Amino acid sequence: MQFIKQLSVFVENKSGRLSDILTTVGNADIDISALSIADTTDFGIVRMIVNNPEQAASVLRENGFVVKVTDVIALAVADIPGGLAKEVEKLKNAGISIEYMYAFIGKSDKGALVIVRVEDPEKAIEVLKGESVTLVSPEEVYRL
Amino acid sequence: MGMYQPEIETMERSELEKLQLERLQKQVKYVYENVKVYRERMDKKGVKPEDIKTLKDIAKLPFTTKQDLRDYYPFELFAAPKKDIVRIHASSGTTGRQIVAGYTRNDLDMWADCMARQIAAAGGDENSVVQVSYGYGLFTGGLGAHGGAERIGAMTVPTSSGNTERQIRLMIELGATHLCCTPSYAMYLGETINEMGVKDQLSLKAGIFGAEPWTEDMRHQIEESLGIKAYDVYGLTEITGPGVSYECHVQGGMHVCEDMFLPEIIDPDTEEVLPPGSFGELVFTTLTKEGMPMMRYRTRDLCVLDYEKCECGRTLVRMKKPAGRTDDMLIIRGVNVFPSQIEEVLLKMGGDITPNYQIIVGRENNTDTLEVQVEMSESMLSDDIKSVAAIEKKIVSKLRSTLGLGAVVKLVEPKTITRSEGKAKRVIDNRKLHD
Ligand SMILES: [Zn+2]
Repeated sequence: MQFIKQLSVFVENKSGRLSDILTTVGNADIDISALSIADTTDFGIVRMIVNNPEQAASVLRENGFVVKVTDVIALAVADIPGGLAKEVEKLKNAGISIEYMYAFIGKSDKGALVIVRVEDPEKAIEVLKGESVTLVSPEEVYRL
Repeated sequence: MGMYQPEIETMERSELEKLQLERLQKQVKYVYENVKVYRERMDKKGVKPEDIKTLKDIAKLPFTTKQDLRDYYPFELFAAPKKDIVRIHASSGTTGRQIVAGYTRNDLDMWADCMARQIAAAGGDENSVVQVSYGYGLFTGGLGAHGGAERIGAMTVPTSSGNTERQIRLMIELGATHLCCTPSYAMYLGETINEMGVKDQLSLKAGIFGAEPWTEDMRHQIEESLGIKAYDVYGLTEITGPGVSYECHVQGGMHVCEDMFLPEIIDPDTEEVLPPGSFGELVFTTLTKEGMPMMRYRTRDLCVLDYEKCECGRTLVRMKKPAGRTDDMLIIRGVNVFPSQIEEVLLKMGGDITPNYQIIVGRENNTDTLEVQVEMSESMLSDDIKSVAAIEKKIVSKLRSTLGLGAVVKLVEPKTITRSEGKAKRVIDNRKLHD
């Protein structure tokens, strides 16, 4: 299975920059299916999953943004209380440490989706194959 | 390593000072008689050529600045009649306003000696093949290095700058042993040669690089990529061109051609002459120039003169690589800060490219503030905010250890930093100290 490409965009903490990113992406007819922001007092990093990561990265760069593309994995989580906790537990038991995670805006027919950033995505996929974890393919994710 | 003129290069200091005084007295008299600007300035200060009785008396003479060269453009500072001028060089500098220098036949002769000393110090002689990849033209680099190479009797290859592949082909086919060019072009040649995989076909032994500031790191990179020893040469059009001072194999500062150029170190603010070993502005007085002699020319380069005898046997004083320029120097909380120091810190952060940056100096509650804005680049960016914050912290701590000063570092989006005429404005000083 291939990895899901996540875009990370650098923004200064000043008003309007997040909406500039969203407009830039939107104008290129690109859909955002998941988004999270990490910030300090001075700057932030906007991470997102879009349906066409390559095109999104290039329009953002053309508009002067600094963009980094990172491999992440997506998991389906049963939409019931404790569903997410159970999946996190499985990853922990498999020896995979999570750097951060965030949820999708929509759902797939397999349940709720979360994006998980792990240190070594390649190894994670290998390890999780044997587990009862539902990894979601990039094709499915980009279709959302 | 060889010496081109050992009788001068290893002359006892007392002998050298005798020669310098003789020449200085003659030069001052010549200038007083032939250049109206100098004569009027000396008269105004009440100094006559006869007042120069010792070398120290040079302090009685007025200074000359780059602005003078602009104000008296093109010929007013020339001492020789136009019929005796055989060459013109020019330099534009960063402000774009041109200055010119005129050379007599004898001036070119002396200049060739300067460069020949450099080439000999880099192991060159009549058996060498010297490729000159400095630009030929108004710029002193090309013709200056060329004159020295021919003077020493080397096979001189005047490739000038540009057309890198042809440069490399000629370098291989003609067996160049010495390369003269700017350090940045040497870096580029090194990269290209390694990409082409032809390093083992080179006969290069040494390179002589100057005309722009470069760091010890760049020296190591050039030496590594070209498999040579890299020598630093110093010069300026106002004084003559490359070869005013030159490096020996010890690589511990550049020997000044003191028989032709008398150096002083002054305090740039008070204009007082500082004792040997002090850090300050380098000032040159020409001792033999005929075309355009210079009296106490303020180079704006800040450095130290080292009068200790060099291991190479030369007695000529060594100037340390200029640490910066008076125009660039900022005094922040009493500490001298050069943008180049900040640039070097940043160069070590995001891989091989220096990020675009801007230095903003301000004053709050009677204390100077220093903020360094650094444009974000892909090599510094990560999806993990902690590692980006860590870069910021690392820059702060490196700046503190390099400058001895606390700075606020702010990562900014690209193109935030104002550029004028394609060149980034590096320093914004918001202090209004003279109001
Ligand atoms: Zn030496």
